[in-house]
Amino acid sequence: MSSDSEPRRDLRLSGLHKRYSNGFTAVKSLDLVIPQGSFFALLGPSGCGKTTTLRMVAGLEEVTAGTIKIGDQDITGEKPFRRPVNTVFQNYALFPHLTIAENIEFGPKRRGVKESASQVKEILELTELTEQAGKKPAQLSGGQQQRVALARALINRPEVLLLDEPLGALDLKLRRSMQGELKRIQEEVGLTFVHVTHDQEEAMTMADTVAVMNQGEIEQLGSPYELYTNPQTTFVANFLGRSNLIKGTVVGREGSGADAVVKVDMYGTVVSIKQGRVHTDSTEGWIGIRPEKLLIQPEGTSLADPGNHFSSAVVIGASYLGVSTEYVLKMPWGQELMCFEQNRGVRGGLVELGTKVDVSWRQEYVFLLDSSQDAQAGREEE
Amino acid sequence: MHRAGNWIGKHLMITLGILVLIYMYIPNFVVALMSFNDSSGSRNLYQFQAFTWDNWLNPCEPNGMCESLRVSVEIALVATIVATILGTLASFALVRHRFEGRSTMNLLIFLPMATPEIVMGSSLLALFVAAGMGGSLGFVTILIAHILFCLSFVVVTVRTRLAGLDSNLEKAAMDLYANEWQTFWRITFPLVFPGILAAALLAFSLSFDDFIITNLNSGTTVTFPMFVWGSAQRGIPMQVNVIGTAMFLISLVIVAAGEIGARRRAKMLAQR
Repeated sequence: MSSDSEPRRDLRLSGLHKRYSNGFTAVKSLDLVIPQGSFFALLGPSGCGKTTTLRMVAGLEEVTAGTIKIGDQDITGEKPFRRPVNTVFQNYALFPHLTIAENIEFGPKRRGVKESASQVKEILELTELTEQAGKKPAQLSGGQQQRVALARALINRPEVLLLDEPLGALDLKLRRSMQGELKRIQEEVGLTFVHVTHDQEEAMTMADTVAVMNQGEIEQLGSPYELYTNPQTTFVANFLGRSNLIKGTVVGREGSGADAVVKVDMYGTVVSIKQGRVHTDSTEGWIGIRPEKLLIQPEGTSLADPGNHFSSAVVIGASYLGVSTEYVLKMPWGQELMCFEQNRGVRGGLVELGTKVDVSWRQEYVFLLDSSQDAQAGREEE
Repeated sequence: MHRAGNWIGKHLMITLGILVLIYMYIPNFVVALMSFNDSSGSRNLYQFQAFTWDNWLNPCEPNGMCESLRVSVEIALVATIVATILGTLASFALVRHRFEGRSTMNLLIFLPMATPEIVMGSSLLALFVAAGMGGSLGFVTILIAHILFCLSFVVVTVRTRLAGLDSNLEKAAMDLYANEWQTFWRITFPLVFPGILAAALLAFSLSFDDFIITNLNSGTTVTFPMFVWGSAQRGIPMQVNVIGTAMFLISLVIVAAGEIGARRRAKMLAQR
């Protein structure tokens, strides 16, 4: 870690652009500042340009336009072996003909580090691989190989560590434990980690800041909490968790400054949305409500929670998941909405299919998106 | 009788396997046996007369045989080295670089493998004569011909190995501060080497026992296969069997060494 007197060594991408020779544009004028020492995630579906971005930072892919800087040092045209950057590859890319110790020692040896043996010993201990030192990569399990890949990069103490879907090849249980492990190591060594993944849960668990990428551009950047509670585009709303998007018309504005609200009519119910959660200037918009923010109550019984509500929705589907139940509701105007309910035992059972229910929500959780965007964007294929 | 039938039924797979093996190895066995045949004073050279060590003690007794063997080994060695180097370079170009006419190039390289040897041999002869080398057919023309037909096989073998190599390994090496040169010698080459070695062994054996193309382009030079062919008209000297057996034993040792290495690696893998 650097003291305050040293200049900050943030990773700065300015106008970074990648166009392949076949005409495909993978990354479109990306501007991004990744603060030194942070755990940063680039999240997006496959083909969104996140891996290309990572490879440009590593120097494994040529930059079409724009610059890459660490602090004030421009590394845009630098050869990969001259950058203070190391990568943990997607399938680890361990050298099959070298032992674990030789794999880890590869970087220090190329840089001509003299005391590499003691460094190797140290990093083997940190990653709990001491007993595997003499083995070949093929003799290790997936989780062990993953740790070798991490050790091989970390031993070089790069200023930026790039992780390309590092946990993609592991099974769910191992992935969960490695998520914690990675986070712990990052906090211990204090290096900048840039983590590329398509797994929103992985990004949200580990990263301080997440940038959601789509079609070569960053859709939104922020903390996992900001991204989830206040998405700015339909893509983010659907890709990070799930969202109900309902068509609405702006009917008026009230207040000013921080208290300003936009009033939106959706099928007869008027919702007041804070200006900070409104992401369109148009008079039409998508009103977004997260499924777990919707509360349902069989018609005729009193609503537990104050707020906006609709009546006459019909339960047409229910998936019981143990901790929670996912209901599908058919609204009077024909649209289907999702509603996730914690199974806290308040209701004393599931709501029967075909039951007419009232639906309520607190309007401070609602967000308004631009109606020109595709309501299906970012939704997983089902 | 019934019992025997039962036994065979139970062991049908292994019985068939052994029969096939016997079928495959009888010629080698006969060659080895004949290398100890004392044929002196007999007219029928293809019959075992009496046991002797003489053939093994004086392998070079037949006139010109060891000379032809030396020529064959020399040609095979040089052809192997040149074809392996050229073929390996060609494989790298074909696998690693995108260039205009790459697929045509691929096809053109494989075509000689499908060309009948007799056609290739006679067209080469025509070429050599047209090039004014008709009077000096010999070591050099044989060598040119051998490098030519070995090339395709080398490219096929090395190409397969190279195509199976994860290019991320090289990227990882570059990422870990290895420059292009170090990446090649520490990562790419060691990983492709088994393919190159296999290609070289294949090239050597192809060159060593080629007869058809060699015979057409050899002039007065005599290679070992040509010597055997020539002497077969009169009666093969028993020493030919000595050479044959020795060659067989050498390849047996190479194969066994490879197998032991592979088993050791497999054993290491099993210790997970």
